[in-house]
Amino acid sequence: MSRFIDIAALEDIPRQGARLVKTALGCIAVFRTADDRVFALEDRCPHKGGPLSEGIVHGTSVTCPLHAWVFDLNTGQAQGADEGAVQTFAVQLTAGRVLLDATRLARRSAA
Amino acid sequence: MKQKLVVIGAGMASGRMLEALFEAGGNFDVTLFNAEPRGNYNRLMLSPVLSGEKTYDQIVTHDAAWYQAHGVDCRFGEPVVKIDRTNRIVTSNTGGVPYDALVIATGSAPFIVPVPGKDLPGVVAYRDLEDTNAMIAASKPGARAVVIGGGLLGLEAAAGMAARGAEVTVIHLMGHLMERQLDPAAGYLLQKDLERRGIRIHCKGATKAILGTDRVEAVLLEDGTVYPADLVCMAVGIRPEVRLANDAHLEVGRGITVDDQMRTSDPAIFALGECVEHDKQLFGLVAPLYDQAKVLAATLLGQQAAFKPVQTATKLKVTGVDLFSAGDFADAPGREDIVFRDPGRGVYKRLILEGDKLIGAVMYGDTADGAWFFDLIKQGKPITDQRDTLIFGPAFQGGAQTDPLAAVAALPPEAEICGCNGVCKGKIVTAIGGGATTLDAVRMATKASASCGTCTGLVEQVMALTLGDRFSANTNPPMCKCTDHTHEDVRRLIKSMGLKSIPAVMQELGWKTVGGCASCRPALNYYLIADWPTEYTDDRQSRFVNERNHGNIQKDGTYSVVPRMWGGVTTPAELRAIADAADRYAVPMVKVTGGQRIDLLGVKKEDLPAIWSDLNAAGMVSGHAYAKGLRTVKTCVGTEFCRFGTQDSTGLGIKLEKLLWGAWTPAKVKLGVSGCPRNCAEATCKDIGVVCVESGYEISVAGAAGMDVRETEFLCKVTTEAEVMEVIAAFTQLYRENARYLHRIYKWVAKVGLDWCRAQVEDPATRRALYDRFMLSQSVYQTDPWAELAAKPADWAPIADLTLRAAE
Ligand code: SRM
Ligand SMILES: Cc1cc2nc3c(=O)[nH]c(=O)nc-3n(C[C@H](O)[C@H](O)[C@H](O)COP(=O)(O)OP(=O)(O)OC[C@H]3O[C@@H](n4cnc5c(N)ncnc54)[C@H](O)[C@@H]3O)c2cc1C
Ligand code: SF4
Ligand code: FES
Repeated sequence: MSRFIDIAALEDIPRQGARLVKTALGCIAVFRTADDRVFALEDRCPHKGGPLSEGIVHGTSVTCPLHAWVFDLNTGQAQGADEGAVQTFAVQLTAGRVLLDATRLARRSAA
Repeated sequence: MKQKLVVIGAGMASGRMLEALFEAGGNFDVTLFNAEPRGNYNRLMLSPVLSGEKTYDQIVTHDAAWYQAHGVDCRFGEPVVKIDRTNRIVTSNTGGVPYDALVIATGSAPFIVPVPGKDLPGVVAYRDLEDTNAMIAASKPGARAVVIGGGLLGLEAAAGMAARGAEVTVIHLMGHLMERQLDPAAGYLLQKDLERRGIRIHCKGATKAILGTDRVEAVLLEDGTVYPADLVCMAVGIRPEVRLANDAHLEVGRGITVDDQMRTSDPAIFALGECVEHDKQLFGLVAPLYDQAKVLAATLLGQQAAFKPVQTATKLKVTGVDLFSAGDFADAPGREDIVFRDPGRGVYKRLILEGDKLIGAVMYGDTADGAWFFDLIKQGKPITDQRDTLIFGPAFQGGAQTDPLAAVAALPPEAEICGCNGVCKGKIVTAIGGGATTLDAVRMATKASASCGTCTGLVEQVMALTLGDRFSANTNPPMCKCTDHTHEDVRRLIKSMGLKSIPAVMQELGWKTVGGCASCRPALNYYLIADWPTEYTDDRQSRFVNERNHGNIQKDGTYSVVPRMWGGVTTPAELRAIADAADRYAVPMVKVTGGQRIDLLGVKKEDLPAIWSDLNAAGMVSGHAYAKGLRTVKTCVGTEFCRFGTQDSTGLGIKLEKLLWGAWTPAKVKLGVSGCPRNCAEATCKDIGVVCVESGYEISVAGAAGMDVRETEFLCKVTTEAEVMEVIAAFTQLYRENARYLHRIYKWVAKVGLDWCRAQVEDPATRRALYDRFMLSQSVYQTDPWAELAAKPADWAPIADLTLRAAE
């Protein structure tokens, strides 16, 4: 079962940018692409913990600001020669509002 | 005794012939006449010169040193007027020269439509550098140009002038563009593409007259349409230049008649190039002319050789338009077509089969497989087995994967890669085996991609296949994987095509990715800021994190805060404000930097707006310690306190910092001002340094003290502070307008040469214009980003806090 929580208006996130959501498990970066798609990924690069929310967003990828690893926003997988992945979270866009799936956050924290 | 060889015409064909002759060790006394006041250059490349992608210097094929090394007596700007066959003397406008052997290589003359007004000033053809320069001069933004002729040349002229901002109309007699090379469907796609670039196309248009009193004003068509014009370019065709041969009573058909050895009807006279007719055929592309050049060189050396014309393929040299045609594609009984269309992507491919053979190919939008099809046409092998998948190209033959290199890997060694120079894949592979591991070396060894350059990509693919991991693309690689253009090309095209947004650059220059990448976006953002300061709006999302957030990101995701401390001078009040801020935001470290100011390290992102606004309140602004922009101006105490000081170095440093701060530059810029040659401000290892002396100020540039350590080089000496400021602002602007992104001043100066930079800033008019452009940009960009962003603290905090909810 998923539980979607209203986070913000789409307009609060800059195009080709991201904003942070604080959770008990750490920060989640909510990205908005140039064509208004939204994605949510854990804000911690598997390389050395760089904040992905501060990376440059291009197409449906983001480049980590610290050492330029590139991640696919769809899957959280590192691209190219680098290996690693970040967790992704389901997001929905309804009537201009961004909703984040908090199921996993709740379950984990309950465990 | 040395044979006296006289050559009339220094064009593409004769240049190649002389090269072949000297390479084979031929011992001739050569006199080379040319009507144009210059030697051999790559005529094909006039189109990139017209569009602004290349300069004339870059297309010269033989320079003065080359002629001198081979003892060529150059008679440039001396048209030959007469050939005296009986006495074996050619006469130019300055006198006569005897010959043992004579080569006529006069090329062709543009055909001028015989309509009223054809001789008005402002009517040009498209053949040489003069024509090109006339079009460049006339294509100011907003100027109107009409091109008569929608063939290869006409369209290259139109695209070039349009790239410079002119409003261009093409008038074409036939029903579709380039009808000799394209079928109607491909011609239509081409027309749409050109119209999208703002070029107006009028097909089925017959020119009736060119109107104007003192110079051209308009073009009138038979159907009554009138197009206003400041310039008219006639590109309707060429005619072999045979006047000299006619006057000398050589045998002339449409061109000068030659046999397989390139000999005319007079055994002492030879001819080659566009001026000849061989076996009833004329020539208008360079590939067969280069073959003629080899044959003629051999003939002159007394060797056996015979000229056999080869098939030619055509490509249009307009950046962003991909078009290829080869072979015969006219409709005829017994021929069949295989057609592939993808209107969404603007792709069209048509193969023409006769019996079981491929005889022609026309491709638009995606021409990657052109070489492979061309090879099948030339081989004339039956293709029955491949017919089902033929149109999808070599990647699909035998179910292979779609590997970008597959098309080239599938080519046999005899497949031609470079059409202009007739270089096959095998020859390139052999050259690479022989040690040619860079593109330049391959060009040198084989001439592949050395003429029109459209096959450069293919040559590189052959290199990649042959060298594997050892292949590294040419020394000036594309900006990034999103484009095939180099930084330099992109900078030039942004200006010449008037591109004013990142999406426009990506669209017009054919970016291969959606939205670019983290490497090209910041570069493009910078180029647009530098080139269009008042029109372009900075794109924050294309900035690297440090510039987006106006602080250096630290390894733990916090930031550093460095306020400006003009010229390294501070006050007790400023120091108190810094100390208070450090306390209030629990700053983990306060450090004096190498740039004479104070760094507050480890500030949390959410605290940035507040700490900035506290520092703003004490009169301090951002120090741009994170920027590709002006960093610091380091000073020493100078005449104010020092017993050796010759000028007020501290005061001048502060003035310079106040002049330059806020300017974005290709990479960071640091200055130093020392009060005397003891140089306590280390001015001579900065990007720009000033050393004060009794008689004035010595300005030097291009120093570095980072990964490379270099002393600055002397730029110029001036006597007043005002001049220092003007020279330095002008020099900085020169750097801003010309360097590629991330190149520090020393790297850029190494490329363009200090002499060139000096010539720009020493010329008073150029210096003033650079200074004015710098100040115009400063009027927009010299603002404190901290003040601006501190006003919107909400954007810096998390957008939502789920810590409570998730834990419930
Ligand atoms: C703070 C400072 C060190 C210090 O504590 O003194 C410093 C700190 C950094 N320097 Fe520096 N440099 C500092 C003076 C210098 C100097 C000395 C100078 O300016 O007199 C140099 C050599 C001079 C020169 O630039 O030629 C210097 C040459 C570099 C380089 C090498 C540049 C090069 O072209 O070779 C880098 C790397 C780069 O820019 O790519 C660099 C990069 C960095 C970065 C930005 C690394 C990064 O990308 O995160 C450091 C940021 C630390 C931070 O988090 O704030 N820093 N750096 C100095 C700040 C000066 C200021 O007030 O703005
Ligand atoms: C803008 C442009 C783009 C082109 N693009 C392509 C392309 O992409 N691919 C391709 O294959 N071909 C292209 N061509 C065609 C190609 O340039 C010609 O086929 C080639 O230059 C012909 O070589 P040539 O040596 O016969 O004549 P030219 O290169 O024209 O040289 C002839 C020289 O002889 C000189 N001359 C003439 N009369 C006299 C005289 N009486 N005395 C002394 N000197 C004289 C002329 O001034 C000229 O310099 C292009 C041509 C132009 C103009
Ligand atoms: S030298 Fe500069 S870049 Fe290197 S660790 Fe020190 S501050 Fe960082
Ligand atoms: S921390 Fe992300 S690339 Fe190094």
